[in-house]
Amino acid sequence: MSEAPGLPAIFACFLTIGMQGFGGGLSAWMRREVVLRRAWLEEPQFLSGLALSQITPGPNAVNLAVFIGTTLRGWRGALAAFAGIMGLPMLLVLGAGVLYFRSRALPGLESALAGMGAVAIGLNLATGWRMTRSGVADRPGAAIMVATALTVGVLRWPLLPVLLAIIPLSLLLVARETRR
Amino acid sequence: MMATLLQLAGLFGLLSLLAVGGGNGVLPAMQHASVDVHHWISNRQFLDLFAISRAAPGPGSLIVVLIGQRAAGLAGAAVACVAMFLPSCLLVHMAARVWGRYHAAAWRQRAERALAPVAVGLTYASGLALMQSTEHDLVAYALTAASTLLLAVTELHPLLLLAAGVVAALLFGA
Repeated sequence: MSEAPGLPAIFACFLTIGMQGFGGGLSAWMRREVVLRRAWLEEPQFLSGLALSQITPGPNAVNLAVFIGTTLRGWRGALAAFAGIMGLPMLLVLGAGVLYFRSRALPGLESALAGMGAVAIGLNLATGWRMTRSGVADRPGAAIMVATALTVGVLRWPLLPVLLAIIPLSLLLVARETRR
Repeated sequence: MMATLLQLAGLFGLLSLLAVGGGNGVLPAMQHASVDVHHWISNRQFLDLFAISRAAPGPGSLIVVLIGQRAAGLAGAAVACVAMFLPSCLLVHMAARVWGRYHAAAWRQRAERALAPVAVGLTYASGLALMQSTEHDLVAYALTAASTLLLAVTELHPLLLLAAGVVAALLFGA
């Protein structure tokens, strides 16, 4: 990180993210805007933020935005990121809510939603692939990654116990590796 | 009115801290409390509001704003929003500050190396879990597979594919 971006820049960046994250996949958008386009954070920093935002309670995407904002500019950065990522979606949702309670109908929403959701999952998986290539360097890391994906994503084990077991294991593997 | 605002604050403030692993985990509890306990909305409305908040860009947990709005107007929306996001945001803010303070420490470098594969694994996991839980039919699988491939190997803008996904779903009925 060369020079910390200003608060307006942080707000604008997260406003962009908030406007694009249709159907989910917000963390993929954050990586795109913060790591790739603006180079405010390096991949390892981003990935640790991604992991931390899942360990702490609360909506992951919002947590990640706050983590990035705090890392860049302290609590003011956190506020700017939060306001940016929440502002427009909140107005949209409130407006849609008013319309919904007036008309009681959601024309075409189901299909549109299914389409967006299916692509957003693809965005997630593709981002996973790109992060694998830039962030997972060795065999133990790959094993940890696959174990996490399978236990949480396929076997649907509860997240917290899995993380409480797998993070210490990963730390151990890294410690062994660095001692060599 | 005041009582409703307090109920909103209590409910979502609690759910905020219970939402380990993201907002989706507490949805059943949120549904139960706002439909069966407080009678702010009907079950059908809860599902519709969930669809609305997922269709909008931004975090899906924005549903709390809609529930708050229904229960107590704009003040309810504001209270629900603060209650749902403030506690968890404060926690992650403090965690990020501690993390930032040890920027150069050897243990943090190691912790970053250890957390990276976990974070990537969780990213795959969320995609895999969503594929199983949503009504993922053939069209949806095709869309997911095509967009995964295209976004992994090309520099296409994701918004293009999102738009294409909506069109495809409307045409072929995903």
